Amino acid sequence: MSIPIEDQSAHRPDERPATSAATFLNQVKRMWQGESGLGPILFGLLALIIYFEVRSSVFLSAGNITNLFIQSTIFILLGMAEIWVLLMGDIDLSVGFSAGIGGAVAVILTSTQHNWPFWIALPLGLVACTLVSAVWGVMVIRLRLPSFIVTLAGQIGLAGVLLYLINSQGNSGGSLPVQEKVLYYLVWGNLTPVATWIVIMVSVVLLSWTILRSDQRRRTAGLDEKPLWLAFAKVGLLVVAGVLLALIFNTNRSTFTTLNGMPFAIPIDLGVLAGGTYILTKTRAGRYIYAIGGNVEAARRAGINVNRYRLLAFTLSGFTTGIAGLLYVSRLNGISTGIEGGTYVLYAVAAAVIGGTSLFGGRGKMIHAVIGGLVVATIGNGMALINVSASGLYIVTALVLLAAVTVDSVARRGNSTNR
Amino acid sequence: MTSTPESPSSEMSETTSASSGDSGVRVVEAEHLLSLCGISKDFGPVQALRDVDLDVPVGQVTALIGDNGAGKTVLIKTISGIYPPSSGHIFWKGREIHPHTPRDSAELGIATVYQDLALCDNLDIVQNMYLGREETRFGQLDEIKMELATKELLKDLAVSTVKSVRQLVASLSGGQRQAIAVARAVMRDSELVIMDEPTAALGVSQTAQVLELVRQLASRGIAVILISHNLNDVFSVADRIAVLHLGYLVSQGPVSNYDRSSAVEMLTTGASSRVHPTPPLAG
Ligand SMILES: Nc1ncnc2c1ncn2[C@@H]1O[C@H](COP(=O)(O)OP(=O)(O)OP(=O)(O)O)[C@@H](O)[C@H]1O
Ligand SMILES: [Mg+2]
Repeated sequence: MSIPIEDQSAHRPDERPATSAATFLNQVKRMWQGESGLGPILFGLLALIIYFEVRSSVFLSAGNITNLFIQSTIFILLGMAEIWVLLMGDIDLSVGFSAGIGGAVAVILTSTQHNWPFWIALPLGLVACTLVSAVWGVMVIRLRLPSFIVTLAGQIGLAGVLLYLINSQGNSGGSLPVQEKVLYYLVWGNLTPVATWIVIMVSVVLLSWTILRSDQRRRTAGLDEKPLWLAFAKVGLLVVAGVLLALIFNTNRSTFTTLNGMPFAIPIDLGVLAGGTYILTKTRAGRYIYAIGGNVEAARRAGINVNRYRLLAFTLSGFTTGIAGLLYVSRLNGISTGIEGGTYVLYAVAAAVIGGTSLFGGRGKMIHAVIGGLVVATIGNGMALINVSASGLYIVTALVLLAAVTVDSVARRGNSTNR
Repeated sequence: MTSTPESPSSEMSETTSASSGDSGVRVVEAEHLLSLCGISKDFGPVQALRDVDLDVPVGQVTALIGDNGAGKTVLIKTISGIYPPSSGHIFWKGREIHPHTPRDSAELGIATVYQDLALCDNLDIVQNMYLGREETRFGQLDEIKMELATKELLKDLAVSTVKSVRQLVASLSGGQRQAIAVARAVMRDSELVIMDEPTAALGVSQTAQVLELVRQLASRGIAVILISHNLNDVFSVADRIAVLHLGYLVSQGPVSNYDRSSAVEMLTTGASSRVHPTPPLAG
């Protein structure tokens, strides 16, 4: 349809031909501010890494980097769990203890006492966490209670349930060991060096293919506002990162025996990241979760079944929490009543926010939890290496969190495009 | 629901029988796409709508006018399925409907531009345009198709002040946001387009564009309900006028039954000394 009325301003060309240097600068600026929104925080992470490497020569050793990835796993996974609810403007304060319960279920069922096969016990751990989050979701949605309060009560209640579970296993002394190999290997098992190369290269190729193909599709459709070199630059970065990671993981980390290859935990992280990102960016469900977080009334009026998608997000959060729980018990080789579920929640939220996810809903990405989780783990790891006391660790983490939110809100002021 | 089903159905048969010879004070059009019969809406003690009867014919622009708080927005939200009516009946093409959700009304072919625009600030223009009915390809969102169609539509509507359709709606001016909201309602092939003050934030030329668009919709056989406080706009595009006053529909009829002063009198006092197309009903 066309409108005969001529609006003179309407036909003014709004994009003047720009010089290629200006385009380049513009692109760099966009990459810094918008695009993934990760510019400032990646810079911060780099600064941290350089600082710790200068202070301690072991920091960038292959062994320590691998260790760092393993340490960050819990923050990354719980951060991703948190992002599902943060995106809708909700929060889940119970993920720490919920993860503990999921882990405990797996530990207990696979113990020599019960002896369930891992392929039933581990999924049941996931189911437990998913159900917990679904219950919070139903209470938040149906009873219209604030998620902050529901999950705060949930945190306290789940701490009790966890205590009960652990103590119900006879004379446990407050902790239960992992007695199932598969559960133990989730974190402590390693791919062989060859498998490491294969997994990394397959991921790099798949991701590169996705990037180049979507760029090419946009180009053939005439939507090529981004220069071609950007897509190739991304692919180049991916390849470099992949090769570096493979080399790091395949370096022997032990002085006594041979210990190399990528820990299983890392492909698990990557799988959760890929799955979450896919749902959020490529499916209707993801789009609706963003819409609900942005303007719930607009989402409702657009015909979206708001309750259904809110519940879905809670459920996905619970499922991710369950994975975090399994990896948590695997890394600690057991579950104890001393689990600091409350602290983990705060680090999970911090990881998400440091990465760039908003606490008020509508803005965030799964990758934020990865970057934020790495930052949190880097601080802990580096501070331990340079022998800073726990008090210093807490204070520095707090400062980084504050700095991240500040940089984030300042950097985003100029950001207006979505692509 | 307090009223019996007989009264609206007899009303409907009366409507169809009257359609053959349309003489008399209350002109009954041949085809009513939408008819409201005795619609009331209470919010606790607040009676926002009281026994409203309204007919919306095909291919015509029905202007809904009334003072602030008269109940215009509540009335169109009742039609759009946001607020179910406390009592009364809604007929769509002669059949009673019960829209409980915005999706129900959208499926019937009713598109609404809300007064508050109902856009998601954190999403871009394309995502807002397609919100709730995204195009997919093998189960994945088909961003390219949606982006191309959005560009095309905005070009057709001469909304060319936006730099990129991938701009976040948060970064748009008030008028641009309004243009996007209108474009979104127009995009789906609806049979009834409801616009709640679509020109409130627009400049002179954009207002003219929206009004022209309204005329075009009507000429293509689409029914339009237009809410506006600007009587110039109303008299330039409307075929029919309906006046709400404190929740009562005090008058409706062809635009020729009204002039500016009678309209003003009616929407401020609820009655006119000069025209009485339909007498106001007592509560
Ligand atoms: N959700 C609600 N709860 C309670 N009262 C409401 C609600 N929505 C509207 N009302 C009341 O109903 C009456 C009609 O409101 P409405 O929004 O329909 O006015 P309007 O005619 O659209 O006015 P305006 O021209 O200012 O947009 C007002 O008195 C308002 O306070
Ligand atoms: Mg209104």
